[in-house]
Amino acid sequence: MNAWHYFVNLLPNVRSDFISWLQGFGLPSSLIIFLDSLIGITLILLFVFPVVMLFIWMERRFIARFQLRPGPNRCGPLGLLQPVADAVKILVKEVIVPAKGDKLVHWVAPIIMFFAAFMVFAVFPIGSGVRGAFADLNIGILYVVAISSLAVIGIFMAGWGSNNKYSLIGAMRGVAQLISYEVPMVLSIVGVVLIVGSLQMGEIVGRQTVPFMLLQPLGFLIYFIGAMTELNRSPMDMIEADSEIVAGYFTEYSGMNFAMFYLAEYINALAVAIIVTTLFLSGWKGPFLPFWFWFLLKVVAVFMFILWMRATLVRLRIDQVMAFSWKFLLPVALINVFITAAEVLAWDTWMSGWTSFPWPFIFLNFAIAAVIIIVWSRLFFKTGGGRVEVGRLRARDSQGYGADSQAPVS
Amino acid sequence: MELKTQPFVLNIGPSHPSTHGVFRMRVTLDGEVIVELEPIFGYLHRGIEKLAEGRTYTQNIPFTDRFDYAASMMNNFAYVLAVEKLAGIKVPERAEYLRVIAAELMRIARHLLAVGFLTNDMGAMMTPLLYMWREREKIVDLFEMLCGQRLTYNYMRIGGVSHDAPPEFLPALRKFLKEMPDFVNEYDQLLAENEVLLARTKGVGILPADLAINSSVSGPMLRASGVKWDIRKADPYSIYDRFDFDIPTGAVGDTYDRYRVRIEEIRQSTRIVEQAIEQLPPGEVCAKVPTLLRPPKGDAYTRIEASTGELGFYLVSDGSIAPYRFRVRSPELLNLTVLRDISIGWKIADLIVIFASIDIALGEVDR
Repeated sequence: MNAWHYFVNLLPNVRSDFISWLQGFGLPSSLIIFLDSLIGITLILLFVFPVVMLFIWMERRFIARFQLRPGPNRCGPLGLLQPVADAVKILVKEVIVPAKGDKLVHWVAPIIMFFAAFMVFAVFPIGSGVRGAFADLNIGILYVVAISSLAVIGIFMAGWGSNNKYSLIGAMRGVAQLISYEVPMVLSIVGVVLIVGSLQMGEIVGRQTVPFMLLQPLGFLIYFIGAMTELNRSPMDMIEADSEIVAGYFTEYSGMNFAMFYLAEYINALAVAIIVTTLFLSGWKGPFLPFWFWFLLKVVAVFMFILWMRATLVRLRIDQVMAFSWKFLLPVALINVFITAAEVLAWDTWMSGWTSFPWPFIFLNFAIAAVIIIVWSRLFFKTGGGRVEVGRLRARDSQGYGADSQAPVS
Repeated sequence: MELKTQPFVLNIGPSHPSTHGVFRMRVTLDGEVIVELEPIFGYLHRGIEKLAEGRTYTQNIPFTDRFDYAASMMNNFAYVLAVEKLAGIKVPERAEYLRVIAAELMRIARHLLAVGFLTNDMGAMMTPLLYMWREREKIVDLFEMLCGQRLTYNYMRIGGVSHDAPPEFLPALRKFLKEMPDFVNEYDQLLAENEVLLARTKGVGILPADLAINSSVSGPMLRASGVKWDIRKADPYSIYDRFDFDIPTGAVGDTYDRYRVRIEEIRQSTRIVEQAIEQLPPGEVCAKVPTLLRPPKGDAYTRIEASTGELGFYLVSDGSIAPYRFRVRSPELLNLTVLRDISIGWKIADLIVIFASIDIALGEVDR
């Protein structure tokens, strides 16, 4: 194996070599697996933290450019060390726990968020082969979906444990919104799974001779919108809507606890960018250049798009966000599942001999996506909501209004 | 299991990202829906009306800068008009034009700020605000040429203005006026047709015309409700009867109309400034007024169409060097009184947007 080839497959190769080196000592296999896990976790951390720092820098610099200002440019060249300065600042801040808050819940919430954000990285294939991912589970996507919804618990714990009404409103919004968007998101992944016939992330990348974004335009769109919501990014950043509920569920957090939420947000952003890259943009695949370059390029491009939306759009209202999920994304995602299933069946039954890849479906699916979006949004979709008659609300409650003692958390 | 819900009280403010200062809304919420709202004023009360009674008429001009600190020129203007009416001072022609130019530029700057903060409170992450700020910055540069200040201008004097426009002012102003319509059109195209913005503002916080009139609402907010009332036309002060401009009005009085009216007024103000430059005569910029002005006994009330509404000054003179009574009719305070009526039944997010569309600066509300 020449040096270049070793370099471009650095991550899997280091792990393979390390394991063969360990086996040379005649250690028991359980210990080798344990050490292998340790090095895998270390590699994930070594990958995630620099990329997250890059993301934080990108967010600050690029949004600044979108907004006609220079952004941070004092720390290091181009302000590249700004995330380091932020981290140092935040580490020396005092951690304040509200006096009447639920201290244990308040303390555990950021850990759960952080933990859930990190767990998903185990299954992401960063390169080809058996050791391209830390653990290329055969139920990879299911695992991702399951772990990423754990964040809801962290959000609600943070909102509850803070004993702050803004936090509680943010947390309630978060629970409602994240659970609602989980459904269309999973259904949009089902399209990809149907085509591939496997839940394994590596297998999904392996089967993408063209990016599935072309084959599943509707699924891509639904997944992306759902992911934006999952990330609390504008226009769906209801959970931490700073102009309405101050900072949402982490209003009462400071110091390292806040930093964990902050980091978890970017780790989630990285995770979403990787999922989008893996499922819809053919993962680490690309011509000429090494796989890690393509992988990082796609991930950064997805994140850039998220930033672009954040800098451009105004926020929706919570009832509009919910209506959009249940009345638009969910039915459209279901239609997408049916269409994809029919296409897969048709391909397997009649047309499998034509080419190695279902090219005709690309054009067909774009046409279908356009028609469905236009028809559903014009004919069936209505956000509803709006003004509520308060007289009815008054009549419903016999307790009366306005007493300060009616705190939500006591 | 039967779930029992109950409303709860949330204090939005006095220190909150979208209260534009220190304003407190004591809101009773049923989930996200606003059931009851009590605006609580006075956190920025500085007693300026009382303080002004201890200072001379000229010394009071800087006080007026601190009312609506985002529109200082307007406050200067309204105050000096009141003193001039009280003392019967004739203002030189050139000063009148400079005042109108300054006031209309101030209106543009204030409306840009209002629209920018409206979108900011809607969650646009500062982007539209900073684009608006770019244009506002040019206006502030122009004001810096005029009077050396960038926020509290203290430009108007009793009987005129403090300085004549420097030679570089008019070319810079012409350049600004040439660019401004394109920028406003660009912002309008980007914002007015935005689907999310429409969803957030259309039909939200409707202020019916009769409620607006009964509550003494004035300015863009009143015009957004469809009432064609502009003091520049209805009761022309200074030299506003010499200019040709339209009064934009809204159709239903929702938040979107309040936004549209402001954008339209920016265009109309640009027109007024263009006409004022054309007509700008040479000559003195300040009448001869004694330093210690002693107006004759009596009282005077003047009102101008400030950027947020009818700004009035009521002065009572007892013949001494200081006003006996100094009273401000604050448009922002009166506009704010309808907040409860138009925001009940809407959600927290709507309340923030409705509140931003009223466009207040707490300096004027509390004085």
